[in-house]
Formats: sequence, structure tokens, C-alpha cells
Amino acid sequence: MKPINVKIVGVGGQGVVSAGIILGEAASKRNINVVMSEIHGMAQRGGIVSVDIRFGEAYGPISPDNDIDILVGFEILETIRALKYTNENTYIIMNNEKIVPFTSNILKIGYPNVEDYIKNRKNFFAIDAVEIAKKAGTYKAVNIVMIGAVSALNILPIKNEDVEEAIKNVLPKKFWDVNINAFRLGVETINKLKAAYL
Amino acid sequence: MGKYDVILGNEGEKHFLLGNEAIVRGLIESGVGIATTYPGTPSSEIGDVLSNIAKDIGIYFEYSTNEKVALEVAAASAASGIRSFVFMKHVGLNVASDAFMSISFTGTKAGLVIMTGDDPSMFSSQNEQDNRNYAEFAYVPLIEPSNPQEAKDFLVYAFNLSEKYEKPVLFRTTTRVSHQRANVVYGKKREITKIGKFEKNPDRFVLLPSNAYRAKNEVIKKLEDLKKESEISPLNVEINNNSEYGIITSGATYNYIMDAFNMLNIKLDILKLGFSYPPPYQKIENFIKRHNEILVAEEVDPFIEKHVRIVAQIKNINVPIHGKFDGYVEFSYEQNPDRIVKSISKLLNIEYKESKNNNINNLPPRPPVLCPGCPHRATFYAVKLVTKQLRLGDVIYPSDIGCYTLGIQPPYNEADYLLCMGSSVGTGGGFSISTKQKIISFIGDSTFFHAGIPGLINAVHNNHKFLLIILDNRTTAMTGHQPNPGVPFNGMREPAKEIDIEKLVKAIGVEYVKTVDPYDLKNTIIAIREALQRDGLSVIISKRECALLRDAEMIKLGKWVRYQVNQDKCTKCMNCILNYSCPAFYLDPEGRVMIDPVLCDGCGVCALPQVCGFKAIERVEE
Repeated sequence: MKPINVKIVGVGGQGVVSAGIILGEAASKRNINVVMSEIHGMAQRGGIVSVDIRFGEAYGPISPDNDIDILVGFEILETIRALKYTNENTYIIMNNEKIVPFTSNILKIGYPNVEDYIKNRKNFFAIDAVEIAKKAGTYKAVNIVMIGAVSALNILPIKNEDVEEAIKNVLPKKFWDVNINAFRLGVETINKLKAAYL
Repeated sequence: MGKYDVILGNEGEKHFLLGNEAIVRGLIESGVGIATTYPGTPSSEIGDVLSNIAKDIGIYFEYSTNEKVALEVAAASAASGIRSFVFMKHVGLNVASDAFMSISFTGTKAGLVIMTGDDPSMFSSQNEQDNRNYAEFAYVPLIEPSNPQEAKDFLVYAFNLSEKYEKPVLFRTTTRVSHQRANVVYGKKREITKIGKFEKNPDRFVLLPSNAYRAKNEVIKKLEDLKKESEISPLNVEINNNSEYGIITSGATYNYIMDAFNMLNIKLDILKLGFSYPPPYQKIENFIKRHNEILVAEEVDPFIEKHVRIVAQIKNINVPIHGKFDGYVEFSYEQNPDRIVKSISKLLNIEYKESKNNNINNLPPRPPVLCPGCPHRATFYAVKLVTKQLRLGDVIYPSDIGCYTLGIQPPYNEADYLLCMGSSVGTGGGFSISTKQKIISFIGDSTFFHAGIPGLINAVHNNHKFLLIILDNRTTAMTGHQPNPGVPFNGMREPAKEIDIEKLVKAIGVEYVKTVDPYDLKNTIIAIREALQRDGLSVIISKRECALLRDAEMIKLGKWVRYQVNQDKCTKCMNCILNYSCPAFYLDPEGRVMIDPVLCDGCGVCALPQVCGFKAIERVEE
């Protein structure tokens, strides 16, 4: 069976890698094969962070070109930049947050409008993950809101409960409540959007 | 402990581990007693984990000053009967190579495994080099895992192999193995030998020319024995799909081949070499003979391919062999599923559809940047101001390896020449004797300890004239904040003697040495001006803790200092954005200069009159 490929993109410090680890951990505990690529080192310093995570019959941690099933964008510009990896069926979940790179000022290249790029995309969901995370208790839980949104799509071979369990496996106990909260709000947000589409 | 408890789990448990974490588990299953390193991507996380757990599980772990020292410490430990592991990034082995070449001649007693983290595609490196060549260069056996499970299992194998043949073993991962996360099933832990005993044997361990002469023959003889071992090694496996086509591969490329089979819905035969040097010539011969056509796919150099061609030539086998030498496999950069699909399509003579290139142009790039609050930014800014004031014209900025290499970016443009660790000092001297230009070299504290000191001694002794700025941010920041000899604790988080850089530089004989705090722009500027007006060698130590470490400290203390722009005072001169260029600054849609409160780190440098002459940037405290 073809593996399910997820790409998570964002900016250093947004918790992209942790988000991937939690999804992978959930699959691992369900005895599902899962491989993930991480980026460390110089690239992290305020630069783009991108993680591929593949579920099912995958060997390498890099997804084939244009074969992403779910693109998870933690930031608008990085979501647009990663559209090149997607196809017309790719589900896209984007956090409505702008982090303007310094090059925008110095090189005078304007920050793009996402509407110009997602026309004709049938599976596009934009959510205000920062606001949702704040509602859950901390703006830092943006990444957990986003994986809640991914889980709610019901495309991955894992259930919401598996992800909640993985959150507990990966994060220290004192952060459990606020993050489980953030996760559930993420799930809820997508469920509402899906209901509105149908 | 805590976060890494999972690595200590029991036999049979399964966990979702990073390749580098799996390697630490492999050390536990190998009974390794001593581990050393100098941090470098993609190998650093091994040290990060060991730093947390080594003491509790009875492993001695150290961050050595450089890779050569790390290897020497490990070699002596292994010669004393303690299984020893040394790990580094690929270019680290260049530094350690002097010791590496000789350890092949002395051999080892207990297992000695040297891990090289190669970085195809150069995600975090200054070059792309295939360190498998070092195995052949030094007549040392080579092990290549493909994924985290193999990284762990093969490491256990490597230690047994090393001990059996009393040879050091080179263990080669790549970024996509070390930084791949996947399920790993645990094996049994092995007891650690904690205290060794060095049995003297000068004929073997002292490489006088006469001893080395004798050792050479033994090294070559042992290579023959290792060839036999490689022939029967379970790490060299054939995957038989009854195809007339055979692919020979190793490492991460194997994963992409398996993915490519699924993408193309085909299955060809595979010979996967996990013990790739010395290569199993007999096994390769049999494999070639059984097939009508062969493809060799690997990263980075045609290392295995060369040996496959040697086998065909020696045995007079007339089967077409394809790979990097004839362009069937891409030469530069890492492989990936699409590249391998392309190679296999060429092999099978089937149409290859290039995936459509949906590249979206004209998006603002997002290169890595110096963090908000980074003390290096203040130093770069001060240097720029002084060089402008003094009208120094075409200053040459030799740079070095660390976060501060990012000084290459506009508006600073303060990195002109960089080769390797420590090169800012030697090349600074070189430019000073070959040009009339002013020279300002930058080097970090950890890099200075690693390879900068011999260059400085050279500069003093040979009367080179330039300014060396040591950016002392009290850590090895870029690789994830490992300690270095300049800080008062070590890799096991025990108190340690701090090496005083200023005293060291003075002792070497530098006459102008000043330590400044880059957050104090006024005095930093004075020192740089003084130094640049002198005719000679000067050293400025720009000392201020890495902003990320300070942030972590502030969070613990619950302190919250931020700065904001007073719009009544701001004249929109743009100096803060265009010349100081902290990423916390942005222009809002009305064109007002703003500071992002989440990004602002509260360093306050932008509020100084040397950056904002209008006192428009004000402190906010919560």
C-alpha cells in the first residue's frame, strides 16, 4: 500500500520537529511503520524548518516529489513556498500567521498573499492556530493545535486518542493539560470547517 | 535523565528514535565505557544525549577540544581494554586524520569505533566529502547503516568486529541516517568495563619507522582476513526478486531504492552492503554474474562502484555496469526517491516523467539569521561603524565556523574568506603579508580552542599584522550549546576548570588584548578603533553569553524585558532596520517601525544611542 506522506513546514522555534515526533510516536505505539526526517544545525537559526513524516510502507524519510498527502504549514509564507511539493489532492492545513523574513525589508520583496496561490485548491483549511492556542492556555501550543487539525482529517492511520497518548509520552507532565486542550481545540476547529464544507 | 530515559529501556522494547539516539542505545548494547567527540552536525545529538545520561549509566563522556584529541583519548582508552567510541562530523575526521591513519597501524585492544557523520547536500557543512574513502585510505573496515535500527544493530556488530581483529572500525552515517527518526527494537545491554589496564608493547604501540615498517605488512594481511569476514558478514545481504537486473547499494540510498520500487511497481534484485570495506569481492562477483545488467547507486563518491568495476575487470566479467562513472546515477548531492526512479528508468530503458516543477518564484527567501539579542550582531555592527568612521575602505574579513559565519549576510557583509575550523587566524596572517588591506578576522570561543591557537602563535612569532576578534559567547552555540574549555563545566555537567582566553592570548605574546562586552557598544567601538589604529597584531575578546542561553535563564527566572518603539520619537531613519537589522524589527502596513514582542529578546542594544540616535526605543518591563 502506498505510504501516507505528511510535510510540516514552519520557521525555527515554532515547534515543527516536536509536532512530527508526536505524530510519529502515536503511529509507533500503534505498531505502524513510520519514518521521519529532521533538520538540525545551522539551518535552524530563524530559517525554514521542514519535516517529512511518512506512515506505512515507506523506507526513506524523504517523500517523493508532488506526493504529499497532507501539507501542514505553521506560517503563511512557508506554506506557499511548500506548495511546490503538493498535488491537486493534497490536503493543506495552514496557520494564519505571518512571520515576515528580514529579507522582505532589505531586498524589498513583498510578503505574498496566500489567496493568489490557493485558488482551485479543494482541500485547503486555514486556521488561527495562535488564537486557538492562547485559548487553550499558551501561544506556544500552536504546534499541538496544528496536529489536532491534522488528526481531525482522519487520513492518518492513527486515532485522536493515540495522539493524545503520544503528547503525554513526549511532553513533561506539567504541560499535559494545556496541550491536550490545544489538541482538542485543533480537532474541533477542523471538524467545524469540514461540517461547513459539506 | 528524564527526557532520555527511553534510551535506557529493556530488551525487546520498541521506540521511535532519532538515528543518533539509536546510536547511543547501540553504545549501551555494546558495553562502551568511553565516548568522546567534538560537536558537529549531523552527529551532535549523540553528545547531547550522552551529556544527560552518561554519568548515570557509568559511561565516561567528554567534549574534547577537537576531533584529533577526541580520537587520541578514545584510542588510548581502547588500547587499555575499554570499549571506546569517538564521533564527529565528516570534516572532523580531516582534523583527526593524523591520528586515524596511525591507529590503523597500531591497532586496538578493546573495540574502537570511529563514527563519521557525512553530510551529502551540505545541510550544515562547508563541503561534501565521502569519508568512506578514509576507510580505504587507512586500510580500516567500514560499516554503513541505512536507518536507525541498523545504526544501533550495526554498531554492536562494529564493536565485536573491532575487537575480533584488533582494528579500529569506521562507522559512516549520513544526515538522512543520523537525522532519520524511526522505530527501533532494543537488544540486550552489555556490561561496561570501567577500569582498563594498559599492557605495554612498544613494538606495537610506538610507531618508530622500524615498527611501522613491520606493521605495514600486518595491516595488509589483516585486510585479507577482513575481506573473508566481509564475505560472510550478515550486513552484506542479497535481496532476491528473480530479476535479470541487479542493484548494488549501501546506506541511505538503499531506502530510496526500496521506495522507488514501490513508485515504479517493480522489484529488481539488490545487493546491500552494510560492511562495505573491504568489499566482499566474491559476493559481488557472484551477484554480477547472475545478472544481465548492474546499477550501482550510492552517496557520495562512486566508492562501491569502483570496486564492482575492479571485480569485473579482474574476473573478466562482461556484464554492463552502470553508476556514477557513466552518468546513470547523479554524482553530486544526496540521493532521493525521484533521483533513483530516474536512474532505474534509465537502466530499464523506460520513460521517466520528470515531476512537474511548481517552483513559486519571487517569494522572499528566509535564510538562517543571527537570533534577536545575538551578541555577534552587536560586534558586527560596531565593526562596521568603526571601519566607516576610519574610512578603511576594502577591509578583508576572514571568518570561521560557527553562527557568526552568518555575518556574511547583508547588511554586515563581514565574512570574506572561510576554509575550515580555525582558518580565520591562519588566513588573516596570510592576507596580512600579501596585501596592504586592513584585516579583521572573526573566530568563536569554541573554534578558537579547537584550531585557532596554533594560528595565533604563528601570527605572533611571524609578526603578522591583523585584528582578531574572538566572539566569546560562552558556548558552542551552532551545534546546540555544548560546553567548551572556556566554561566552568564539562560534558558530564561536572564543574571544570575554565581556560581564560585573555590570559592565554597574553601568554602567547599578543601585545594589544582587550576584553569587551558587545552590549556595551560605546566601549566596544573604542577598543576596535584603538586596535585598528595600531600597526600590529591585536586581539579583542568580545565576551557575552549566547542570547538563547540567556533567554532560557530569563524564562526560568520569570523575567520579561522587552523594547518597543515610541512612535512620537521615531523619525523613520531606518538605521535599526537597515544597519542593525535585528529580526525582531518590522514595518507595519502604515510604514511604522515596530518591534515584535515575541521575537524581542530584551538585549537593549538597539536602544543605545549608537543605534537609535533619537531615543525612540524604550524598555518595557513586566
